[in-house]
Amino acid sequence: MEKFITLTSTIVPLPIENVDTDQIIPARFLKATSKEGFGDNLFADWRYDSNGDEKKDFVLNEPKYKGAEILVAGKNFGSGSSREHAAWAIAGYGFRVVVSSFFADIFKNNAMNNFVLPVVVSEQFLADIFDAVKQDTKMTLTIDLEAQTITNNATGKSESFAINTYKKECFLKGLDDIDYLLSKKELIEEYEHKNCQ
Amino acid sequence: MKTLFDKIWDAHVVSSVDDGPTQLYIDRMYCHEVTSPQAFDGLRKRGLKVFRPQQITCMPDHNIPTVNQEKPIEDPVSKNQVDTLDKNAKEFGVNYYPMGHEKNGVIHVVGPENGLSLPGMTMVCGDSHTSTHGAMGAVAFGIGTSEVEMVLATQCVFQSKPKTMRILVNGKLKEGVTPKDVALYIISKMTTGGATGYFVEYAGDVIKNMSMEGRLTVCNLSIEMGARGGMIAPDETTFEYVKGREFAPKGEEWEKALAYWKTLKTDEGAVFDKEISFDAADIEPMVTYGTNPGMGMGITESIPTLDQIDAAGRVSFEKSLDYMGFKPGEKLLGKSIDYVFLGSCTNGRIEDFRAFTNYVEGRKKADNVIAWLVPGSWAVEKQIKAEGLDKILHDAGFELRQPGCSACLAMNDDKVPAGKYAVSTSNRNFEGRQGPGARTILAGPLVAAAAAVTGRITDPRG
Ligand code: SF4
Repeated sequence: MEKFITLTSTIVPLPIENVDTDQIIPARFLKATSKEGFGDNLFADWRYDSNGDEKKDFVLNEPKYKGAEILVAGKNFGSGSSREHAAWAIAGYGFRVVVSSFFADIFKNNAMNNFVLPVVVSEQFLADIFDAVKQDTKMTLTIDLEAQTITNNATGKSESFAINTYKKECFLKGLDDIDYLLSKKELIEEYEHKNCQ
Repeated sequence: MKTLFDKIWDAHVVSSVDDGPTQLYIDRMYCHEVTSPQAFDGLRKRGLKVFRPQQITCMPDHNIPTVNQEKPIEDPVSKNQVDTLDKNAKEFGVNYYPMGHEKNGVIHVVGPENGLSLPGMTMVCGDSHTSTHGAMGAVAFGIGTSEVEMVLATQCVFQSKPKTMRILVNGKLKEGVTPKDVALYIISKMTTGGATGYFVEYAGDVIKNMSMEGRLTVCNLSIEMGARGGMIAPDETTFEYVKGREFAPKGEEWEKALAYWKTLKTDEGAVFDKEISFDAADIEPMVTYGTNPGMGMGITESIPTLDQIDAAGRVSFEKSLDYMGFKPGEKLLGKSIDYVFLGSCTNGRIEDFRAFTNYVEGRKKADNVIAWLVPGSWAVEKQIKAEGLDKILHDAGFELRQPGCSACLAMNDDKVPAGKYAVSTSNRNFEGRQGPGARTILAGPLVAAAAAVTGRITDPRG
């Protein structure tokens, strides 16, 4: 996996609360048996009309937001189902960071397992980003994982964000949980042995 | 002094990473066809076998049609996903109940009814409604596909320990109030993200007096307020339910298990990170009016007005009502509806069919309503027939379909058309959940029955 250290990018603003996983990737797109191709259907029902044509007014379709690697969304992003397809869709589209003031639990894990970094900011910081992007659609954010800070380059303000040391290492080194767990096989067998007495 | 959750969690810790997640041992994993193919694939790519195949149980449920299951699935994409599970289950040697098998059905209905889900266990599935199994007195939660792969490979997951919350519901439920109404009421007060980061234990008289089916319904909906899971301490009701089921322990094993299960309760004086209590007398039959399960109200109440919604939430609130075709401040009673769905892992159990049948007995289905009655499993279907409920339903103008997830998420052909209203006993009213443009009103089996015979949102109490 690609290592994540710092990222400066323009953003796609989605100032809606409680964006659920059925919105991120509707159930009818879950029938694939690989992880590829979900990016095209990210936010499908908001993004395309019933003929499959792009809806002009949806933010992902606006040319000025193209190429952004950071999605900034309203509170409680990713609620609903455990479908990892939501994380694959976000990663597949090209986002490497999602910023919100609150994430649903399972989504957060799924995102991290796919090297998409969920960054939790304060309500005020979030509101400031939405304000700034209204003024200038090309405003940028900088995420520095080593320092655990996020900076709004339009206002110059920074905030620190939390991530546990283990996950941080995984991101910085590009390692996943399975590699780690496989190295712990004896421990698992020991546990099993102890518990069937 | 420990909470029930802590007792089970602590008993399953294999190791912890400093300032990181816990490596948790998983007793049982369920897999369905939607969230498992990439996990099996991952295993293949790493050249691994399933570590403990006897602890993995797979079945297709999301994509399967609810008619003509004896024939091949028509939709080629659905068929491919179901066939992929078939192939993976056989190749990796895990327990497998294919479509049409007597033990097939919605995974969260099948697990408990076969004694696969037991008190004290840790259980996971690539499905958020895994919280259902917590009703057995277990720690059960949904995981993503990468984590499914982890469990296949190592029988462990990495999880940060959630905070604990106890929700007490005390008092006596009013007539016509079902477990689903209790859950929808709790979620309406907690909001859709209100329990995020917590594992919930439900307790209090109402929970104590509730049947196992009812408890499964309540725990099922835990995720709709964001909780990692929900659980209920096992008691005589639980033991009675489990005893004699196919995979439940027998003989001496049973006695041993029972002795352990009896220790599974929150110690007096144990501290929860949060405690909330509700009064049963405040709970009415519920309906939802919006596009998340937290947007619910008593059936006789009115949708909130704009000034009752905080400023930050107003855009979402208006967008939601716009989608539903409702106005702030209006009542739903008397509104005309088009579809009724009885089923899902929330309300697809025998008690739900009994309640629905009891209400419609001697009445007739409204002509303007299309009703989908989908048992949660073949075992439920068998029981419905054994009790003669299918005849009563038939006389009232209703037919049973074959088991599966069906219109709960409309991955098969059971889709509610755009703009149509469905009173649904399932668990999610998200935009497009029951089909693109479909408008879902979540309710319990009695409200669904009343809507089915009147064609309108109707108070089942009279
Ligand atoms: S019935 Fe609905 S909620 Fe339950 S497992 Fe199936 S799709 Fe998910």
